[in-house]
Amino acid sequence: MTGNPFALWVYLSQTPLLWLTVTLLVYAAADAVSLATHRNPLANPVLHSVWVIGAILLLTGTPYPKYFDGAQFVHFLLGPATVALAVPLYENRKTVLSAVVPMLVALVAGSITAIVSIVLLAEAVGLPRGVVLSLAPKSVTAGVAMGVSESMGANPSITAIAVVLTGIMGAIIVTPLMNRMHITDFRARGFAVGLTSHGIGTARAFQVDTVAGVFAGVAMSLNALLTSLVVPVLVTLLVR
Amino acid sequence: MIASLGLILLCQLIGEIAVREFGLPIPGPVIGLVLLFVLLLGRDRIALLRQGPLQAGGVEQASEGMLAHLSLLFVPAGVGVVQQLDLVAEHGVAIFLILILSAGVTLLVTTVTFLATSRLLARKRSAG
Repeated sequence: MTGNPFALWVYLSQTPLLWLTVTLLVYAAADAVSLATHRNPLANPVLHSVWVIGAILLLTGTPYPKYFDGAQFVHFLLGPATVALAVPLYENRKTVLSAVVPMLVALVAGSITAIVSIVLLAEAVGLPRGVVLSLAPKSVTAGVAMGVSESMGANPSITAIAVVLTGIMGAIIVTPLMNRMHITDFRARGFAVGLTSHGIGTARAFQVDTVAGVFAGVAMSLNALLTSLVVPVLVTLLVR
Repeated sequence: MIASLGLILLCQLIGEIAVREFGLPIPGPVIGLVLLFVLLLGRDRIALLRQGPLQAGGVEQASEGMLAHLSLLFVPAGVGVVQQLDLVAEHGVAIFLILILSAGVTLLVTTVTFLATSRLLARKRSAG
């Protein structure tokens, strides 16, 4: 012991180890709570990890870039995880192929709805142009959405927040919404939540039903492809 | 395991290089996804590809391991909200509400389109 707790803090706050550890442990705890509540949608592990870690950063006066020095090792895996989606797509290619027409039609309809609805709503409530552009790609996985946002000259960090929020909210509302609408086809339910809420929705779908999870994964990969092509076009049409 | 992770990263790397070299409008990891998918299909037909991570479920296991904890990967980006507290104070409620509304509408449109199309196809099939 140095006898000086402040010196220890100075050391810890300089290494990426601390915030990487905090990220993993807080998530592990949030996931354990989610499991203990039988995967209640409101116990979404991403939602609770984000506010707990955010509060720790604010309380310790840690700037986000310092936190990100550690957390980047987790964030980095978003890219490889997108590539890894090829595996569930490949393993379920027969199921996917048997529903290929409904999927492609729903993909185009859903992808355009996701973009057009958020752009029109954002303009209707009078958000600044930079924010409107940053919200547009919010339904695809963070790595892709941030890339799209950057290439349009929008703000990728606002996009990242919109992506995570959309993911969490889609994952929370999908089960009650679909039950209320008496929709029992897990292919359709999974596909919709994967398209709307990317990886967080896909994680949720796998908790509810395996078929739903597979269709969510497929929707997420297809939407990543389509949205990255369509957002720049739609945005030039819709945003003045 | 290491070779499998290497293959996944290699697919992404090729994707990123292609995007920059040819100025493609698609993100690198998405090209990586297509590449890995083509490799997996190719391995079933071409014996030459059946080695290293492309055999005995190597790349499959690595991918499933990564996808099992997919939601963890969104945490660092989500914590970025602490950098945007001004935006949250100014427009937070509006952004929150329009994101929920947009997510709900997207869920419904996607589901209804999916179900309507598959019913239409089923009817056509039974009629024809």
